[in-house]
Amino acid sequence: MSLLVLLIVPLVASLALAFIGDRKLAPEVNILGSAATLAAGVVLALGVYRNGPMLAGGNFFFVDAFNVYLAVLTSFVSVTTAVFSRRYMRREREHGTLGHRRIRFYHAMFQLFIFAMLLCLLTNNVGVLWIAMELATLSTVLLVSLYRTPSAIEAAWKYFILCGVGIALALFGTVLLYFAAEKVLGAGGEALLWTNLSTVSGQLEPTILSLAFVFLMVGYGTKVGLVPMHNWLPDAHSEGPTPISAVLSGLLLNIALYALVRCKVLVDGSTGTHHSGNIMMGFGIVSILVASFSLLRQKDIKRMFAYSSIEHMGIATFAFGLGGPVATFGALLHMLVHSLTKSAIFFTVGHASQMHRSQDMDRIKGLIRGNPLVGWGMTLGVMAIVGMPPFGVFTSEFLILTATIKDAPLMAPFLLLGLGVTFAALFRKVQPMVFGEAPEYQKRLKAAHIPVLLHMVLVLVLGLYMPRFLSDWFQTAVGILK
Amino acid sequence: MSTQLAAQINSLLAAFILLTAFAMLAQRKKLAILHLFAWQGLFLSVSTAIVGFVAKSHHLYISSLLTLTLKVVVLPYILHVLIRKLKIRKEIEAVVNVPTTMLIGIALVIFSYHLTAPIRELSTLVTRSTLAVALATVMLGLLMMITRRHAVTQIIGFLAMENGLFFAATSATYGMPLVVELGVALDILIAAFIFGIFFFHINTTFDSLDVDQMARLKEED
Repeated sequence: MSLLVLLIVPLVASLALAFIGDRKLAPEVNILGSAATLAAGVVLALGVYRNGPMLAGGNFFFVDAFNVYLAVLTSFVSVTTAVFSRRYMRREREHGTLGHRRIRFYHAMFQLFIFAMLLCLLTNNVGVLWIAMELATLSTVLLVSLYRTPSAIEAAWKYFILCGVGIALALFGTVLLYFAAEKVLGAGGEALLWTNLSTVSGQLEPTILSLAFVFLMVGYGTKVGLVPMHNWLPDAHSEGPTPISAVLSGLLLNIALYALVRCKVLVDGSTGTHHSGNIMMGFGIVSILVASFSLLRQKDIKRMFAYSSIEHMGIATFAFGLGGPVATFGALLHMLVHSLTKSAIFFTVGHASQMHRSQDMDRIKGLIRGNPLVGWGMTLGVMAIVGMPPFGVFTSEFLILTATIKDAPLMAPFLLLGLGVTFAALFRKVQPMVFGEAPEYQKRLKAAHIPVLLHMVLVLVLGLYMPRFLSDWFQTAVGILK
Repeated sequence: MSTQLAAQINSLLAAFILLTAFAMLAQRKKLAILHLFAWQGLFLSVSTAIVGFVAKSHHLYISSLLTLTLKVVVLPYILHVLIRKLKIRKEIEAVVNVPTTMLIGIALVIFSYHLTAPIRELSTLVTRSTLAVALATVMLGLLMMITRRHAVTQIIGFLAMENGLFFAATSATYGMPLVVELGVALDILIAAFIFGIFFFHINTTFDSLDVDQMARLKEED
C-alpha cells in the first residue's frame, strides 16, 4: 500500500504542478508532494525493517534492504531540494532569467524525475529498470537546458546523446540477460524478474552473462559518470539550474550505480568468478584518479563539484567491485553520505553563485562575511566531502581503504593518491572563496537554512554514531550483494 | 510457410537491414537518410511479424505493429516536418572519408560476428544467425553518430541503433516481454518530442544544426 502511494504521489504531483503552473503556491505544492513521498517511503521502510523483503503488485515490485534505503534517501533529498528551490527559483524569476512557462515546466519535470528514480529502485523487472532509467534521463534533459543559453543547450544535447547511447548499450546487455534467463525460466515476463533471476543465477550461461555485463557496465556506467564515459556530467551539472545539479549528483548517479550493482550480483552468481568485480574496480580507480587531477584545473564552481561527484562515484564503484562485507558496507554508507553532503554543497553553491551573479570561482569571495550560513555551510560541506573526521564520509572512506589494504593492497596507493589530490585541490579552491573580505559586487540574500543544516547534521551524526537500524539494514544489504 | 522458409526470409530481411544501415552511413542528403531509415523500420517490422508467425507468439505481432507505426510512420513523419520547418532540406552534409567509414563499418560487422559466435552456438532458435546482424546494426548506428556532425543525422543514427536493439530482441529471444517493449516504445516517443524541441532550440541559438558549433564547454588549459 505504502509502495503504491510512494509511486503515485510524485506522478500525481507532477500532473498537478503542470496544471497549477507558475501560481503562487506551486513551490509549496512541490514541497508537499515530496514530503508525502517521503512519508510513504518511511512507512515502507519500517515495514521492510520489521517484516523483511517483500514482493508486491504480482511480483512486479520488490523491496529489500538495498533498495528501500535508497528510496528513503531519494525522497528525503527531493524534499530538501524542493525547499531549497522555492527560494532559488523565485530569485531566478526576479532576475528575469526564467519565465512563467519554464517555472511550470521545471516543477512538473522535477516530480516526474523523482517518480522515474523511485520506479527504477522499486521495480523487480530488469527491463522496467532500464525503461525507468531512460525516463529519468529524458525528464532531466530539458531541465539542463532550462536557461536556454548556448552553453546550456550544448550541455543538454551532450547529455541527451551520450546518455542515450550509453543506455542503448545497457538495453543490449539486458536483451542478452533475458536471452540467458529465458533458457532457464522460460519465455515471458517472469524471466526478467530480479528475484527469479537471483535464485537461478547459478544456472545461467556464464559466457552470455559475462558478455552482457560488459554492455551493462558501459551503459549504466555512462550514467554513473565513470571515466571515460563521464564527459556529459560536468557540463550538465554546471549549466543546469542548481537544484537540478543537486539531485543529479545526489540521486541520479546513485540510482545508476544501484542498477549496475543489481546486475553484477546476477553475473557473479552465474560466472562464479571475480571478473565483473575486477572490471568495476578498474573503472572506479581510473575515475578517482582522472577526476581528482581534473579538480585542480577547474574555474567554474559547479563544474568543480561535478568532478568531485565523479570521484566519489568512482570510490563507491571501486568498493562494490572489491566486494567483501567491509567494502560493500563502506560503499553503501558512502552512497548515503555522499548524496547528503554533495546536495548540501550544491545548495550553498547555488546561493553563492546567486550572491555574485557568477559561477566563476575568481569572482566568488568572502562568503563567510557575506552570509555566514552559506560560507560555513560550504566550508563544512567541503571538509566533509574530502573525508575529514568527524563526518560520515570519513567513516565510509576509512572502511573502504581498510578493505583495500587487506584485499587489494596494490590498489591502495592509487586510492590514497586520488584522495590526497582531491583534498589538496578542493581546499586550495574553496579557501579563498569563503574567507576574506566581501567584495562590493556581492549581494546580500536570504538563504534557505533548513536544507543545508539538516543534511550537514545528518552527515555529522553518521560520522559519530551509526544508529542500530541503519547498520542492521546495511548488514542485510551486504548479505544480498554477496 | 515452413520454418525453414521463414528462417530464410528472415535472413534476407536481416541482410536488407544491414544494407540500409550501410547506405545511411554513406548518404549525404537528409531526406534520403530519412527514407532509408523508414525502409529499415519496415524490414524490421516484417521480420518481427515473420518471427511471430514461426514462434506462434501473438505479442510479436503487437511488437511488429508498434514498429510499423512508430518507426515507419510516426518518427519519419515528425522528422520530415522538422526538416521542412527548419529549412534544412537542401543542406548537403560534408561527409568526410566515406571509404574509410565503410571500412570501419565492415570491421565492426566482422567484430559483431566474432563477439556473438559463442551465443549463436547456444541458441536453438531459427533466428539465431541474425543476432550478429543486430549487433552490427547497433554498432553502425553508433558509428554514424560519431562520424556525422549534424543534429538530425545524429538522431537518425540513434534511432537506427534502437532498430538494431529491437532486432536483437526478436532474433535472440523471440522478443522481450510485452511490458518491456511497450515501455521502450514509450521512451522512444518521448525522446522524439524532446529532440524535436531541441532542434528548434539549437537552430534558434546557433543559426544552424551543425553540432560542431557547440564547442564552448571544454576544459580550459
